[in-house]
Amino acid sequence: MSAATSHAAATSHGAVEPAESPLTPESWGKLGMWIFLAGDAVGFGTLLAAYGGMRATSADWPNPYEVLGINLTAAMTFLLICSSVTMVKALEWLGRGDRAKAKMFLLFTALGGAIFVGCQAFEWTHLIHRGLHINGNPWGASLFGTTFFLITGFHGLHVTGGVIYLLAMIGVVSRRPAPAASYNMVEITGLYWHFVDLVWIMVFTFMYLL
Amino acid sequence: MAAESHKHPNYMAIFWILAILTVVEIAVVFLPFGKIVNGTMLCVLAVTKAALVAAYFMHLKFETRTLALIAITPLTIATLLVFVILPDAFFVDHKTANVKPAPAGAKH
Repeated sequence: MSAATSHAAATSHGAVEPAESPLTPESWGKLGMWIFLAGDAVGFGTLLAAYGGMRATSADWPNPYEVLGINLTAAMTFLLICSSVTMVKALEWLGRGDRAKAKMFLLFTALGGAIFVGCQAFEWTHLIHRGLHINGNPWGASLFGTTFFLITGFHGLHVTGGVIYLLAMIGVVSRRPAPAASYNMVEITGLYWHFVDLVWIMVFTFMYLL
Repeated sequence: MAAESHKHPNYMAIFWILAILTVVEIAVVFLPFGKIVNGTMLCVLAVTKAALVAAYFMHLKFETRTLALIAITPLTIATLLVFVILPDAFFVDHKTANVKPAPAGAKH
């Protein structure tokens, strides 16, 4: 809908609010997703800030780099960056009107997320067997395990939700009559997916490397 | 149409920069400059990578400035929170350590 017609429609119904989103003229949904992500970012930011505070006040915080290891997580980081690229490729193909390619790249993105969660399950199992628990561990401060499982778990849930979201979007792209009809929805999905990647970049740095 | 309204950035270039910065991050861990210098470098690298993802993959660079302000607010809040919590790390008498459970017989 063009700006002129939507404005006319709004005034003819006596609406006070503008029919178009002022910050994201393409859609209100995009603004909605950005506001949700800003709220979600406050959640992650608070968790990471609390992590930093508890770590700084602890006398026996284990060296995360030595306890957790970073080989697998470095590969997982790379995997998420790759899945961000397949996400933008999916949107690019949809913009060019190629639904089949767009769906294929959406599937690749979902697959990347699923492998990520699988790797995380493997990592958790391995660490739990070595004695890292949510309420204690053999290396030092018990909060080390608490924060580790809480923050990586919270992020893992976001990835799991993202995989379901992406699979649902493949259905939406299939059902909509024209590729352009689902462009905006896939773009919004992309915002969420890239945000999950962005958060992992932070989590990887603050919880594994520092 | 939305697809043509803004130019697509070179996504592959961003991908390679992110991949290289990740390798640099892992290399920084092994540098012998001490916790503070290494930590600062890691924070700068992480924020750079996050900013690249937000600006190009999430198209924030091509959105209105007000939307960018909304996106930056959480980072500001989290950074402020760190400074609110940090005094505890330096001005408390003793840092907390794991308290070993008392032996069963010591209960009174």
